[in-house]
Amino acid sequence: MSNVLIVVEAQPDGSLRKATLNAITAGKQIVAKTGGELHAVVLAKDAGALANTVKEYGVKVVHAGSAAHLTNFTADVVAPAGAEIATAIKAEFVGAAATQAGRDVMPRIAARLKAAMASEILGVVGSSGADLQFTRPMWAGAVIATVKLGTAIKCFTARTTEFPMAEKAGAGEVKAFAPAAPAKSLQKVVAFKEVKSARPALTEAKVVVSGGRGTKGDFKEIDALADELGAAVGASRAVCDAGWQPNDLQIGQTGKVVAPQLYIAAGISGAIQHIAGMKGSKTIVAINKDAEAPIFQVADYGLVADLFKALPELRAAVKAAK
Amino acid sequence: MPIKILVTAKRVEDYESKIKVNPAGNGILPDGLKYKINPFDEIGVEEALRLVAKHGGGEVVVVSVGTKDVHEQLRHALAMGATKAVWVNHTGPLDQMMIAGCLQKIIEKEKPDMAILGKQAIDDDQNQVGQYLAEWLGWSQATFASKEESLESEAEKSKTPALKLSADMKSLTAIREVDGGLETLECTMPCLVTTDLRLNQPRYASLPGIMKAKSKPIEEHTPASLGVSATSNITITKMEHPPARKAGIKVPDIAALVDKLKTEAKVI
Ligand SMILES: Cc1cc2nc3c(=O)[nH]c(=O)nc-3n(C[C@H](O)[C@H](O)[C@H](O)COP(=O)(O)OP(=O)(O)OC[C@H]3O[C@@H](n4cnc5c(N)ncnc54)[C@H](O)[C@@H]3O)c2cc1C
Ligand SMILES: Nc1ncnc2c1ncn2[C@@H]1O[C@H](COP(=O)(O)O)[C@@H](O)[C@H]1O
Repeated sequence: MSNVLIVVEAQPDGSLRKATLNAITAGKQIVAKTGGELHAVVLAKDAGALANTVKEYGVKVVHAGSAAHLTNFTADVVAPAGAEIATAIKAEFVGAAATQAGRDVMPRIAARLKAAMASEILGVVGSSGADLQFTRPMWAGAVIATVKLGTAIKCFTARTTEFPMAEKAGAGEVKAFAPAAPAKSLQKVVAFKEVKSARPALTEAKVVVSGGRGTKGDFKEIDALADELGAAVGASRAVCDAGWQPNDLQIGQTGKVVAPQLYIAAGISGAIQHIAGMKGSKTIVAINKDAEAPIFQVADYGLVADLFKALPELRAAVKAAK
Repeated sequence: MPIKILVTAKRVEDYESKIKVNPAGNGILPDGLKYKINPFDEIGVEEALRLVAKHGGGEVVVVSVGTKDVHEQLRHALAMGATKAVWVNHTGPLDQMMIAGCLQKIIEKEKPDMAILGKQAIDDDQNQVGQYLAEWLGWSQATFASKEESLESEAEKSKTPALKLSADMKSLTAIREVDGGLETLECTMPCLVTTDLRLNQPRYASLPGIMKAKSKPIEEHTPASLGVSATSNITITKMEHPPARKAGIKVPDIAALVDKLKTEAKVI
């Protein structure tokens, strides 16, 4: 029996991150091949409420570990508690969503379990436990590799855009446990500067309007079009490096991965590192004044134009078309 | 108080290289590839040099695991200003547990005050080694370290380190790139930091630096001499290119674009 454990990212306010539901789907795909049970673990100051939410999504058992030392979801405390449950339920696969928190804590859990790990998995292939393999991107997604992990326990993070969100499917059981406090605290969160926005979250938005260096830092038209479309705003690395937009908006190999219904890239050249974060979008529109820009190779609809002229026109036309 | 920092220098394909899978589908074609220090590792070397400069001197030890070719990346770090280079001679797959195991042994020998690694190597894109290493050492970890000021700020121009050490060197404060914003994390030392893109803008090596680096000795080890198993736990059974997106079209104007989005793509 090959049990699967999903480590749930706890939010400070106890809410469920949608990315967790993507990771649960990855867990279900593994269970479908190995015949084990799907478990999840919630680690927080008070894990009960979130565990009760998670149990609705077809998870057999949700382990709710509540402890004061888990107030912040930091790797030093999450790793021992997560590994403790993995060992207790004899998990063969342990995974999390490939969010920043998942990327931070999952390898540390793997280290405790002496488990090899596949990051940002795109799919689960193979027929049964013994030859189960993962597909994952390498070289900014230029290559898709199929990998086999050779350790007894295997860890992964799941790329959220590649696994649909799990739907509600029969309630599982919640089991409370008390994670042991570590001998000493290694790290603590002392501040969080939130990027506040009234727009939808970048990774969850149906439409994303992104600007690149071509904006020269002037995002007025990007913002206005985004608001007309009810879209999130994204950016290329060049924009974030220059401090024109918060780092949290960077899309790409080393930023966020998005797959909206509609992605509009304005003044972005289309470096492979950027494409890595948006090529899963259903429809891609590129606006660039250079007809040779590589972004046009992935765009469904390309417009060779000055973005400062095209974006206001597009906004007016969208408004008129409503 | 002088400080000793361990950094890493993985040898990776230049980020502008066009990566092509070989016909057997089990590796990439070497034709026309250029190799560089992993960009995140270069940021790590830079941050270490700034910290040493700020805290009254010290040492920066750079480590790379791989074939003799990695001497190029070690010398690059030496030319930037690193004081000592360590080579773990290994031919074959470079899996993350093995690398972390080797780095752990080197750290146990060198006893640095802290270590700065890249958040990910841009070939494997795994984003794991730092976290394995922090756990095995029992250290605090500050992954995805960034800075509050932009790369075009005065703080950056004056080469101020983004990582802040307390006066007694017992704790380190890092700004981290997390979902939804920037987190300030306070870590007890020793700490393992992994760098994000906006921690700093690495310096260019000076000509005298490059000349000096050429003759510096490089200490050699192997996984076996360090007592680390070199068997890989990750087997790549296939490599392929992702399916290409179907070719799109150029539209002449906004009216045509909006029409396509409405009637063809049906997204507005
Ligand atoms: C390790 C590493 C990781 C990276 N990770 C990422 C990542 O995650 N995400 C990312 O985006 N990049 C990433 N990059 C950077 C990437 O390689 C590119 O440098 C970056 O994406 C370029 O941003 P850009 O397209 O905005 O700027 P540029 O490449 O400078 O392109 C600007 C474009 O704007 C067009 N333009 C200019 N003016 C106008 C106008 N008035 N109207 C219309 N068009 C105009 C120009 O024709 C040009 O095509 C990474 C690089 C490295 C080395
Ligand atoms: N072969 C290597 N030699 C030295 N450092 C490495 C090596 N491989 C990975 N690292 C370090 O570990 C970081 C994360 O790599 P990875 O987990 O493979 O994405 C890199 O940025 C390097 O700092």
